[in-house]
Amino acid sequence: MLKLSRYVLYDILRNKIVIAYTLFLFLVSFSMFRMEENGSKALLSLLNIVLIVLPLVSLVFTTIHYYNSYEFIELMLSQPLSRTRIILSEYGAVCVSLLTAFWLGVGVPVLLFAPDATGFALLFTGSSLTVVFTSIAFLAAVRSKDKARGIGLALLLWFYFALIYDGLVLMILFAFSDYPMEKFTLLLSALNPIDLGRIFIMLKMDISALMGYTGALYKDFFGSGTGVAFTSGIMLLWAAVPLWLSVRSFRRKDM
Amino acid sequence: MIRIEQVYKRFRKLQVLNNISARFDEGQVVALIGPNGSGKTTLIKSILGMVRPDKGTIHVHNQPVNGDPAYRQFIGYMPQIGRYPDNMRVGELFEMIKKIRHQEQTDEDLLRQFDLPSVYQKPMRTLSGGTRQKVSAALAFLFNPPVLILDEPTAGLDPLSTEILKEKIITEKKKNKLILITSHVLSDLEEITTHILYLQEGNMQFFKDLASLQEETGEIRLSKAIARVMRGQETNNQWIDRLFALETKNESPR
Amino acid sequence: MKHIPTILALLLFLQTGATTIIAGPGRPVSTLRKAIELARDNDSIRLQAGIYKEGSLTISRSITLIGDNNPVLDGESKYEILLVSGKNIRIIGITFRNSGYSAMNDFASIKLVDCSNIILERNTVWHAYFAIHVSNSIQVTIRGNKITGIPASEQLTGNGIHLWKSSGALIEQNRVEGHRDGIYFEFVTGSVIRGNHSEKNIRYGLHFMFSNDDKYTNNTFRNNGAGVAVMYSKKVWMEQNHFEENWGASAYGILLKDITDSHILKNSFYKNTVGIHMEGSSRIEIDQNQFRNNGWAIKVQASCDDNIFHHNNFTSNSFDVGTNGTMVLNQFENNYWDKYEGYDMNKDGIGDIPYHPVSMYSVIIEQNPTTLMLFRSFMVSLLDKAEKAIPSLTPENLIDNKPMMKKHNL
Repeated sequence: MLKLSRYVLYDILRNKIVIAYTLFLFLVSFSMFRMEENGSKALLSLLNIVLIVLPLVSLVFTTIHYYNSYEFIELMLSQPLSRTRIILSEYGAVCVSLLTAFWLGVGVPVLLFAPDATGFALLFTGSSLTVVFTSIAFLAAVRSKDKARGIGLALLLWFYFALIYDGLVLMILFAFSDYPMEKFTLLLSALNPIDLGRIFIMLKMDISALMGYTGALYKDFFGSGTGVAFTSGIMLLWAAVPLWLSVRSFRRKDM
Repeated sequence: MIRIEQVYKRFRKLQVLNNISARFDEGQVVALIGPNGSGKTTLIKSILGMVRPDKGTIHVHNQPVNGDPAYRQFIGYMPQIGRYPDNMRVGELFEMIKKIRHQEQTDEDLLRQFDLPSVYQKPMRTLSGGTRQKVSAALAFLFNPPVLILDEPTAGLDPLSTEILKEKIITEKKKNKLILITSHVLSDLEEITTHILYLQEGNMQFFKDLASLQEETGEIRLSKAIARVMRGQETNNQWIDRLFALETKNESPR
Repeated sequence: MKHIPTILALLLFLQTGATTIIAGPGRPVSTLRKAIELARDNDSIRLQAGIYKEGSLTISRSITLIGDNNPVLDGESKYEILLVSGKNIRIIGITFRNSGYSAMNDFASIKLVDCSNIILERNTVWHAYFAIHVSNSIQVTIRGNKITGIPASEQLTGNGIHLWKSSGALIEQNRVEGHRDGIYFEFVTGSVIRGNHSEKNIRYGLHFMFSNDDKYTNNTFRNNGAGVAVMYSKKVWMEQNHFEENWGASAYGILLKDITDSHILKNSFYKNTVGIHMEGSSRIEIDQNQFRNNGWAIKVQASCDDNIFHHNNFTSNSFDVGTNGTMVLNQFENNYWDKYEGYDMNKDGIGDIPYHPVSMYSVIIEQNPTTLMLFRSFMVSLLDKAEKAIPSLTPENLIDNKPMMKKHNL
């Protein structure tokens, strides 16, 4: 499996979009840290990049890559390789290249300028979201009939996870504001990897505010060992389940 | 070599393959012909395991096509459109495929004849369509497989390269290999084809060796012979009956 | 205060006739009880190293009790160790441990009742119910003591330094931890609290009620259950204190309740759930403070008026200002807000457009705290941006018209 993904990885790492993405992340991160005198404000700006740009790029790039590789995948299918192996090789290569871009673009500046708990939480969330949304994008791409639909679906998914879901949550929280919703919000946060990652960072960044109100619940829950395990576990599910579904689809698919 | 038994495939409303049965053997060069959308590519993809038939079975080298990819080591495939990862170098592609197949002896005749080593360092995206076709062809023949499946092999190739490819096909045919070719440019195939399989709207109109086709129609030229067949639609049925009778006769001594 | 010269002169005069009693195991005077019986006004007792389990002792004459090499008075978890009632008494360098607990009386390691001109210096109190308990006294100095409690429930733990109905006290350079309230003032006037360090107390680091005309400066209050509470008092001066890491649903750097005519300046508020929480307070000037990394830098309830916030720095707070109403009768001016995104065309260092320190989302969270879950999400930042363009929820007149472009040098 590594043979195939290694060559695909070489290819993607030389891809102009990936190089541009890496440079973009690096320049943004670097200039944030240089412009803002306090590191935490720079991290705050980076938070938005990580929560918005990362899922978007992961979704769109992965979908485009899948369709651009369609003929290549067909060629690989004519070789004595199993379908599972081919799709996992592609996934692995895309994942590793996007992670490389993230670590070079955001990881290096963060380690240079803000190697603290918030910084590491940001890197954890960024890496998780990259893996998760690459996985979701594979599912969208494998399930869609053509490139236009695939990219459309990817954008829709991004819109849903980045914006619509939070709007729905806000509506629910106001509609049921007379009920104790604290525990329920834990469930809600698990249903959106972006929210989960955001809360994970907030625990470090806004610990003081979180200690008020329901925040103490988050702190007790997410701050404890179980919470870290919960966050990692849910992130893992968010990566594994769509990937598993897309492998299943791909195995049954007519090319 | 390849046994196709009552294969059906439907894409939504379109019946792409409708009860296809055929048997291809060593030493044959089978031309798969038919208008666009007649199911040629689907048939090839079914043999390669890329499309799963709704019904029916396909065997390659007595191994069923059902998920285990091992049988594909017997096949060399040249796709209709060769698109490769943009930034992969030509050399890397060959290196990678060799690693995947981990097969020692390779047949690098085409590679040399197409002068591909000179572009080894070039990324795929810089290659012209014709060069990419050359790469595809060289890849298909690289591992000296007993079955070659070539989907529109001459499309986009310059005349010289077409000639080289044809020579190569003839050489391989002499090695008693099975070669499956789809093409809509009939003249390209004329000299090398031994059998014709004609598909239309998913139906196999006929499957015949060239000699009997010529005899039936009284036409020497392949294209004319086929045109004649197409015109005389009513006689088709008799033809196919006779074709199968002939086939069984041919096969029995073997 | 005008009596001090007289008292000093008197002390000097009496000194000549003073004797020093050396007490300790193996000495002619082997117990402290004996030494206190022998001592006359202006005498000194030098208590030698050792552990003294002598139950409850009372000092009422004007003597100086000095510990040599850290003698320990042990209350065996039964007794109130030392009761002081008199004037001109000094107690220096003694360790008090294991004083008793009583549900009826406020048992203390050192209790001062009806005293004047007392100095408690460099003592150590360990595991007490109340550590130092002062009532109805004047001119008490408590300096350089180290007080460590073992926190139990709020009922079973007393205050570290407790003053009731006193005046002219000086509480200086003490360290208090593990008590209910680190320093407790009730009906204490004209007093100073400075340079103390109060942390890890289960309720307040400093609890201050009905105490007017007091001043507290250069203290550090860290990681107390509920921070610092200043209530029902007038003319309080709070300067250069540090309020740090007071976390919790009702924990504040300072809780100001019904405080008037006071001045809060040059303090630093760092990592508190709420830096300053004000209710029912008026005419307070709050200036040159630093608010860093707090959940809310300031929460001003609608019951506050005529307060002015100026020349403060607000950096890295989750929310700058929170409020529960739309009526705002307080003034904000010349503060530095790191969230300010305006510009300064005329280069006078003051932003040309006003700053709204109350974000829309802080209003939403005030109404529905569970929505904290969505804080810092893309949707919320869009809402905040929209609100900035067309204010509808946030109080319109809660603005800083002269936001600074650069941080104040504090």
